[in-house]
Amino acid sequence: MKRRAKNTNSAVSAKLIRRPIQRYFPLFLLPTFAAFCIGFIYPFCKGVYLSFCKFTTTSNATWIGLGNYVKALNDASFLHAFKYTALVAITSLIVINVLAFAVAYALTRGIKGSNIFRTVFFMPNLIGGIVLGYIWSMIFDGILSRYGTSIVLSTTYGYWGLIILMAWQQIGYMMIIYIAGLQSVPGDMLEAAKIDGANGWHTLWHITIPTIMPSITICTFLTLTNSFKLFDQNLVLNGGQPFVFMSDGTVIKSTEMLALNIYNTFYLNSNSRGTGQAKAVLFFILVAAIAFIQFSATRKKEVQQ
Amino acid sequence: MQRTKFQKTMQTGLFTVVCILYLMPIFIVLMNSFKSNSAVNTSTFAFPNIDSFVGFSNYINGMNVGEFPFYKSVMYSVIITVSSSALILVCTSMAAWYISRVNSTFSKIVYYLCVFSMVVPFQMVMFTLAKTANTLHLDTPYTIPVIYLGFGAGLAVFMFVGFVKGIPLEIEEAASIDGCGPLRTFFLVVFPMLKPVLISVGVLEIMWIWNDYLLPYLVLDRTKYKTIPIHIQYLQGSYGHVDLGAVMALIIISIVPIIIFYLTCQKYIVKGVVEGAVKG
Repeated sequence: MKRRAKNTNSAVSAKLIRRPIQRYFPLFLLPTFAAFCIGFIYPFCKGVYLSFCKFTTTSNATWIGLGNYVKALNDASFLHAFKYTALVAITSLIVINVLAFAVAYALTRGIKGSNIFRTVFFMPNLIGGIVLGYIWSMIFDGILSRYGTSIVLSTTYGYWGLIILMAWQQIGYMMIIYIAGLQSVPGDMLEAAKIDGANGWHTLWHITIPTIMPSITICTFLTLTNSFKLFDQNLVLNGGQPFVFMSDGTVIKSTEMLALNIYNTFYLNSNSRGTGQAKAVLFFILVAAIAFIQFSATRKKEVQQ
Repeated sequence: MQRTKFQKTMQTGLFTVVCILYLMPIFIVLMNSFKSNSAVNTSTFAFPNIDSFVGFSNYINGMNVGEFPFYKSVMYSVIITVSSSALILVCTSMAAWYISRVNSTFSKIVYYLCVFSMVVPFQMVMFTLAKTANTLHLDTPYTIPVIYLGFGAGLAVFMFVGFVKGIPLEIEEAASIDGCGPLRTFFLVVFPMLKPVLISVGVLEIMWIWNDYLLPYLVLDRTKYKTIPIHIQYLQGSYGHVDLGAVMALIIISIVPIIIFYLTCQKYIVKGVVEGAVKG
């Protein structure tokens, strides 16, 4: 009986909804699909194809197999950029999440004016990477010029400068996600813990943090992908400087991250575009792998709940 | 363990100090935008004094610093952001309705391609995308919305489909029985119901496109067209040759609209930005 009801239902909706819409395919789906082909599918497929070719423009490509990948993986600057990006990613992940959680925790305990504080902390997030980089390079140079140095002269300053910049930009964002998590911690659970004699630290460690694990997962992966994809800020803050010239003629840009390294491989020298495209494919695989791990991690949590 | 009123006041005080420090970078830029070029260089953190204060002349000079007038960059930024976001909202919401109502293999494939496109970093497609855009003459501020629609469709379609799936079919069936064709059903019945997700997606796209640097930099013909981020980066590249006070004024001009936009529709912006991230 039930099944038949469902069948007639779906037949009705097919007649009323599905078939009429299907006739309107050119109007509803086609514009987006066409733009999607131009803006994503074609460039993506062509990009994968070109990573196996030697080329300077898209029209003079000749197939050379895995040569580009061999070159990319033997490129000292690429490996350096990978290590540097990983280092920045891990440091910023810890700094941003600890500070964002601390701020969120403090602001959910009924402080007067907490709405204004939230507004302020979130604001830098809306400023674009280019402007952000410019503002901070001016500030760091203003400080460092007193000691006769500059952010473009030192790897250490460049590194911590970038961490400070990223923290300033992202703390407010992660704070909002943590606040949403913290507000969903059931009040009676906290009360029960208090009656049982748990102190503030115990409650935080054994009740609050386990309950907001989903928020922690989201923020962890967000900061991780943000760091790996970082480009604008890296370009403007110090553009990968200072440069180190190796004895074999290669240049290692000591604060250059992966995205900037790929960009430079493409546009500083048109003969290395094949290598650049191979690097881009490897970069895509890396970012996609992080996204996949995140997806399966959140999936597992959902099943458990 | 009752916390006293004194402690609470202390905490508010502490946070007020932290917030003022947090806003310092913007404040320093604002301060420097009223100082002369040499004063920006030598005493970045000092208040403007009688010698260094130049009034609003930085704001006037800034408009013409470099070879490209700044007001044009602002204009192109506005044109690109508004037209691209509008195009994305209309087209992807229609596409998402089609995908979730027509249960064919093709619409499933399109949907999963959209989801897939969300994890692809821009560097993967930048070279081929820029070449494709140039070949098809999509390299002006008036045609670049097509590129934004194509590259930004993934997240928008994903968010719309997630929402449309929750709308009960009966409403559309009723509209259809009452004689609405798909077009009227969509624009008069479904589209108004999408309002919350339209706002979220709209905010996300506006923030992305307004601040985007690399895509317009590679796609647009840069001698004719610049956007604000391209303009600022161009000035940064010629560091030392430009009037820094004027650049500070330009930075203020470019972040003031964002801050006003944020303060007026803060609720939607925070919700939209965070929703996109959590789902993506």
